[in-house]
Amino acid sequence: MKTDVSSRVVDKGQKQSHFTANLGSRYTIDRIFKYAAWGATGVSILILVWLLVTIVADGIGTLNWNFITSFPSRRAENAGIIAALVGTVWVMCLVALFTVPLGVGAGIFLEEFAEDNWFTRLVEINIGNLAGVPSIIYGLLGLAVFARIMQPITGGRSVLSGSLTLSLLILPVVIVSTREALRAIPNSLRLAGYALGATRWQVIWSHVLPAAVPGILTGVILALSRAIGETAPLIAVGAAVFISFLPEGLQSQFTAMPIQIYNWVGRPQEEFHYIAASGIIVLMAMLLVMNGVAVYLRNHFQKDF
Amino acid sequence: MPTPLPSTSISEVSDSKTIALQMEKVSVYYGSNLAVKDVYLEIPEHEIVAFIGPSGCGKSTILRCFNRMNDLIPSARVDGRILFDGEEITGKRVDPVELRRRVGMVFQKPNPFPKSIYDNITFGARINGYQGNYDELVERSLRGAALWDEVKDKLQESGLGLSGGQQQRLCIARAIAIEPEVILMDEPCSALDPISTIKVEELMHELKERYTIVIVTHNMQQASRVSDRTAFFNAVATDQGGKMGYLVEYNHTQDIFSNPKEEYTRDYVSGRFG
Repeated sequence: MKTDVSSRVVDKGQKQSHFTANLGSRYTIDRIFKYAAWGATGVSILILVWLLVTIVADGIGTLNWNFITSFPSRRAENAGIIAALVGTVWVMCLVALFTVPLGVGAGIFLEEFAEDNWFTRLVEINIGNLAGVPSIIYGLLGLAVFARIMQPITGGRSVLSGSLTLSLLILPVVIVSTREALRAIPNSLRLAGYALGATRWQVIWSHVLPAAVPGILTGVILALSRAIGETAPLIAVGAAVFISFLPEGLQSQFTAMPIQIYNWVGRPQEEFHYIAASGIIVLMAMLLVMNGVAVYLRNHFQKDF
Repeated sequence: MPTPLPSTSISEVSDSKTIALQMEKVSVYYGSNLAVKDVYLEIPEHEIVAFIGPSGCGKSTILRCFNRMNDLIPSARVDGRILFDGEEITGKRVDPVELRRRVGMVFQKPNPFPKSIYDNITFGARINGYQGNYDELVERSLRGAALWDEVKDKLQESGLGLSGGQQQRLCIARAIAIEPEVILMDEPCSALDPISTIKVEELMHELKERYTIVIVTHNMQQASRVSDRTAFFNAVATDQGGKMGYLVEYNHTQDIFSNPKEEYTRDYVSGRFG
């Protein structure tokens, strides 16, 4: 029975050949992907650094205390950003005041209370669409509704009109991120609450919301960061570009940093381009502070777990 | 067309025992799907009753009827009569929030609140208007769940910092803090290691003195170790291609495991399927 044995040996040889490890080329592909991903990261960081360096190089020379505390002027060396800075702070505070209760409330309703029917699905689709509408459209809506129709209340082209317009712009973002934060909370947490005889509101207030706060905060700050840089809707609503006073109330005229920067960049004199760069540095610093606060708050609330 | 059920054998609880929970012809639907059909069941006070059976046989679904957790699933519908202490607990007139104070529940995966151990225990008491001393309540509940000695020095630390077995006992402590009459346990040990499982099983024996316990388990050895009575559920394929659960046999645990009346039960407990 020699043939049997030899055929078995052949079998064994064939079995080994079912796999070709080919480790060399698999590791090569590994390396290629590593460098490709590294390259993608590098290019985006490089662009960002280049942007920052040119802005700082242009703007640092004219950035001083006088620039921050002065009102706009026809002469670049006297011009300052205080009106726009305070205007932006006003607008941001008002936008936060309007969007946090409305957006978070709507998010809670849609995620925790609303039943799944045609109405809520319609609302959901529309909110998703609204998040993608160009900001100039919101500006025109704000002009028509807040600045014109509601003029007796808002005072026309005022801080209040601008803030309401920007609130409309970021409400969908706040609602969507609130819902996502709530959806990330495991259902077992809700069941634990219900099983102890809690009502729906007790479950949401005591367990779901505290657990979702970091996520909700992140969404709100990201939305506010978008609002702080918006120029088009504010121009449409009619924020002024040359203002030599600080807003005194909700119905006061105002300007905001992106508008001031846009205005300076558009001037023919080169000096104004330098102070525009200074303005951008101030705007970015403010953005950085906002994001820093967001990160701090998020870590603070997560520690309580 | 209703699918006819294979034969079933349900022993009645003798007259001398007080019945804590009772089901009469209970069926549960998810949407138009019949998930469990025609369950008759009597659960006596201060006993441990185990629900066993293959996956999808509806044992967890039936368990959740007792504290109306199925209300939280919009598509779920429960037919039939369910009695707790002789009073019907289905229907609009009974408040599920009040019912769940009296019928506590422990889940498959330990799910302590992401709060301190102390707050985990006091939450249920607080929302249900507990009048007594909270420090005493915490100690009493943790002692009741055999956890006090392990956590008494770190009551203000997060419940999530405990081991899996400790977390599950914390969940039991949390459940008994609101002084329920019944504790429902949905596979309470399936996420635990063997040592933690033994601790929870020993705890169940102690809890039996004061509470009625209904436990769903995949582990037949566990059912035979801890329970006084066992209900065996099985599933049959329906015409629509789904599964429908039904109660095959309900009797003293000893009889279910050593002298089953139904062939399906015998096959299941001897490990021939499931």
